[in-house]
Amino acid sequence: MTTAATSSRARIRDEGRVVAVVRAHPRLWALLAVVVGWVIVWSFTEGTHTLHIGTSTSTGVHDWLQDLSENLQDAFASPSDIVVRIISGLSDGLDSIFTWLQHLFTVAPFPRPFPQFGWLGIVALAALATFAIAGWRLVLLVVPAFLLFGFLGFWTESVDTLLITLFSVVFSCLVGIPLGIWMAHSKVVSAIVTPVLDVMQTMPSFVYLLPFSILFGIGPAAAIMVTLVYATPPVIRISAHGLRTVNPGVVEATSSLGQTAWQRLVKVELPLAKRTIIVGVNQTIMAALAMATIAAYIDGPGLGQPVIDGLQRNQFGTAAVAGICIVVLAITLDRTTTAASVRAEQARRAGNHGRRLRRIVLVAGSAGTLVALYLSHMYVWANEFPSSPDLGTPIRNAVDDFGDWLLTDLSGFTTSIQDGFTNWFLNPVQSLVAESPWFVTGLALLLIAMIVGGLRALVATFVCLAGIYLLDLWYNAMVTLTSVLVATVLVVAIAVVLGVAMGRNLTTDRVLRPFLDAGQTIPPFVPLIPVLILFGPNRFTAIIAGVIYAAPIATKLVADGIRGVSSETIEASRSTGANRWQEITKVQLPMARGSVLLATNQGLLYVLSMVVIGAMVGAGGLGFDIIWGFRQADFVGKGLAAGITIVLLGIMLDRITTYGAARAGESATLKAGRRPQRGPSTMLG
Amino acid sequence: MRVKRTLAGFSALVTASVLTLGACGGDSIQNADEPAGTKDCGDLNMAVNPWVGYEADAYVVGYLAQTKLGCTVNYKNLDEQVSWKGFGTGSVDVVIENWGHPELAKKYMTDQGGDGSAVDAGLTGNDGVIGWYVPPWMADKYPDITNWENLNKYADMFKTSESGDLGTLYDGDPGFVTNDEALVKNLDLNFKVVYAGSENALIEAFRTAEENKKPMIGYFYEPQWFLAEVPLVKVDLPKYTDGCDADPDKVACDYPPYPLNKIVSSDFADSGSPAYDLVKAFSWTNDDQNLVAKYIAEDGMDPEDAAKKWVDANPDKVAPWLEAAGVSS
Repeated sequence: MTTAATSSRARIRDEGRVVAVVRAHPRLWALLAVVVGWVIVWSFTEGTHTLHIGTSTSTGVHDWLQDLSENLQDAFASPSDIVVRIISGLSDGLDSIFTWLQHLFTVAPFPRPFPQFGWLGIVALAALATFAIAGWRLVLLVVPAFLLFGFLGFWTESVDTLLITLFSVVFSCLVGIPLGIWMAHSKVVSAIVTPVLDVMQTMPSFVYLLPFSILFGIGPAAAIMVTLVYATPPVIRISAHGLRTVNPGVVEATSSLGQTAWQRLVKVELPLAKRTIIVGVNQTIMAALAMATIAAYIDGPGLGQPVIDGLQRNQFGTAAVAGICIVVLAITLDRTTTAASVRAEQARRAGNHGRRLRRIVLVAGSAGTLVALYLSHMYVWANEFPSSPDLGTPIRNAVDDFGDWLLTDLSGFTTSIQDGFTNWFLNPVQSLVAESPWFVTGLALLLIAMIVGGLRALVATFVCLAGIYLLDLWYNAMVTLTSVLVATVLVVAIAVVLGVAMGRNLTTDRVLRPFLDAGQTIPPFVPLIPVLILFGPNRFTAIIAGVIYAAPIATKLVADGIRGVSSETIEASRSTGANRWQEITKVQLPMARGSVLLATNQGLLYVLSMVVIGAMVGAGGLGFDIIWGFRQADFVGKGLAAGITIVLLGIMLDRITTYGAARAGESATLKAGRRPQRGPSTMLG
Repeated sequence: MRVKRTLAGFSALVTASVLTLGACGGDSIQNADEPAGTKDCGDLNMAVNPWVGYEADAYVVGYLAQTKLGCTVNYKNLDEQVSWKGFGTGSVDVVIENWGHPELAKKYMTDQGGDGSAVDAGLTGNDGVIGWYVPPWMADKYPDITNWENLNKYADMFKTSESGDLGTLYDGDPGFVTNDEALVKNLDLNFKVVYAGSENALIEAFRTAEENKKPMIGYFYEPQWFLAEVPLVKVDLPKYTDGCDADPDKVACDYPPYPLNKIVSSDFADSGSPAYDLVKAFSWTNDDQNLVAKYIAEDGMDPEDAAKKWVDANPDKVAPWLEAAGVSS
């Protein structure tokens, strides 16, 4: 939603850019000097004062956190406490509402052998709802998508995932939109809430999975709460952003008519910001879906279960088919909400035209849906999804065969790639960052922060590094930092190459975009399996996992920026006789620099959010400490410390890149959208 | 007017089609009969911990409880830690295969000083073994590799990009107790422990190593269905003696044998449910479990179908369990 602003600003700043590029050069030299100095000091001091501790070692801080969390748990175990009673009331309520929904659509309420309503009714209901909010074109997407869930053999799981996603999203919006409105109107609230949102989005969910399953019991309630933590921030941020950017001229004009603040909000600001708010809802839906697999670790219902089962039983095919269902569901929801936001805009402009026909279709559709619901309540054929055609089994077998083929035919070749990359690139960088004495690395990072982002970045980096030092996980933090930086370099490289191709050519864009959507929404475990077969468990595999997850969003951002460069500018450069290479490197990329920086920032945060999953395939570092804490009762404190350390790393990297971008004169772009916001609609212009 | 006419026509059409569909629409839905059972069983909340051997136990017991005792069995896919927590809140009744976990016993079992929400329900009959394993091709080619004293001789073979000059010793699932870092140090081995991070990653690595004849050594355990696919060979560490692993920093001996047991919530144990008697009586061999686990993992069977297949084929083994629960099979 920031593109329009970016491109117009870019045009205005066209002339200033030349100056900025010249000014940037001294900084490049300074960075180089810091790195050279760092390497020289490292060569004398490598391996000393690294603050390395063993995997099964805990320090005083970890023990303190362990005690803290145990005391909290004990406090919550006593049912007399008023807070506990409220929370258990809440979770019981959530559980019973959700169970009721499941009995309606997915779970047979005993003694009835089938749920109250079956596939026919659900498909009809989905079609009707889609028509009502997004128009008839989307019905042509939603109905086949729903049927596909059944043909792939995951009907019940898909509907469960849909239910839990929509349920969480309704909650997120009930809390998030009012909070966003408040944030837009109050700087104080904004200042208080923003860091909380930062923590909610960067804290790895494995850290709070266990406490939540204690607080809210094991079942749908805990799964919903875990999803809420991760999924609510986007709708808050984007709603606030949408309201802040409502044209002040319009607001002023209506204020002069003597409107109260409430009238202004309801009659002017909300309608004008409606489209942006729907984009926020869209991002929240995507974030909620991303938690489906994680919630399965505490028995959350839905498609996450077969993904994890497939992993446990080494059935790559099963996990892949369930993953396809999640991708299809994500793309369907994304396109529907995106269309709904466009429609909101059109409806505001269009007025009465065409409403009558729509009303007729709606009434007829409702009648049809009631009939379908009735049939699916009464008859087995309309309730239980037919078992043929079965598309799931052939896909499953094909994927399994593919896995076997990878295992036997390619792994010798791929091992040498992995070895080469690790020995010649990753190991030297990691040695510099993690094997230097902690104060040397710390000083180098502070200097880099200062050069890139100025004083504010320096202060933020100092605070974060101090926190990391105090949490006693410095060495692992540096191992993780290295992997994150290396992965981000790869992400940005891919994003620039693909993004330029997409931005310059609409056909390329159309071909690539579905793959990017899939890469963003497929549960990371699924693409991880073939990578694991090819490269084995190690840091390289984990880096590839991060790249697969982060490259799509970065690519989309770059493509969007390239497309935003005005055609007049390109015409002008062509008239001076620039060839294609010069056009890209001298005109398009520099002018889309804001987008490239935003892509870097998002790339960093997305890669960081894969740290825990990376540790499941051999990344070690902080991610491993977190899983270790989740799985071993004696190391909960250490896992918690690792979780906080990741938050600190995330905030540090975010501030350095954000302030760095601000110095480059593109602050508006970054501030608006600097958190991970999933899904293609981030790009709505 | 036009709207009304359209609607009337439409509803006539709908009514007609409903009647038609209803007439030839196949089976209508009828309520199920109450399942047979001697005593009232109610709910059985079965934790399903994340490995296939566990699933085999859980679904065999669950299948019997459901079909023979008439319980409503709720399978909950949970981690060990979360499962034990669930005893106190009533959301978990049974952990059907427990690997030691003294730290959890200390928190939840009365005799260990815990809150008393968990009680021991006897052994499963399976013996857990933890240790270091190599792929079979290595044991064939280098027969003396199965003695830990020769590991340094071969350390160079095991070098990877993750371990530098040292050999790589892979560790897998972070949920299992491991002394490997201490062992490497205390036995003066030129190895570095590298955490593969999950059972899946470890299995995939062993599979690749056997398929492509690559050297690999790592932490593994029995009973495990993967051993039926690739029969990994155990490396003998210095023999385990009672108490040799008392100090985690000074461990220099093999892992103790783990007689696997069943843990249930104390409420469930006192409930008088026949399912408790069934759980208590349940006991089988490593081969039994491996067979069911193979049905699930390798043959891709649904765990419930796998359980049914084994139960149908082994009525003699099932009979005493059911007898204990008050049902004659």
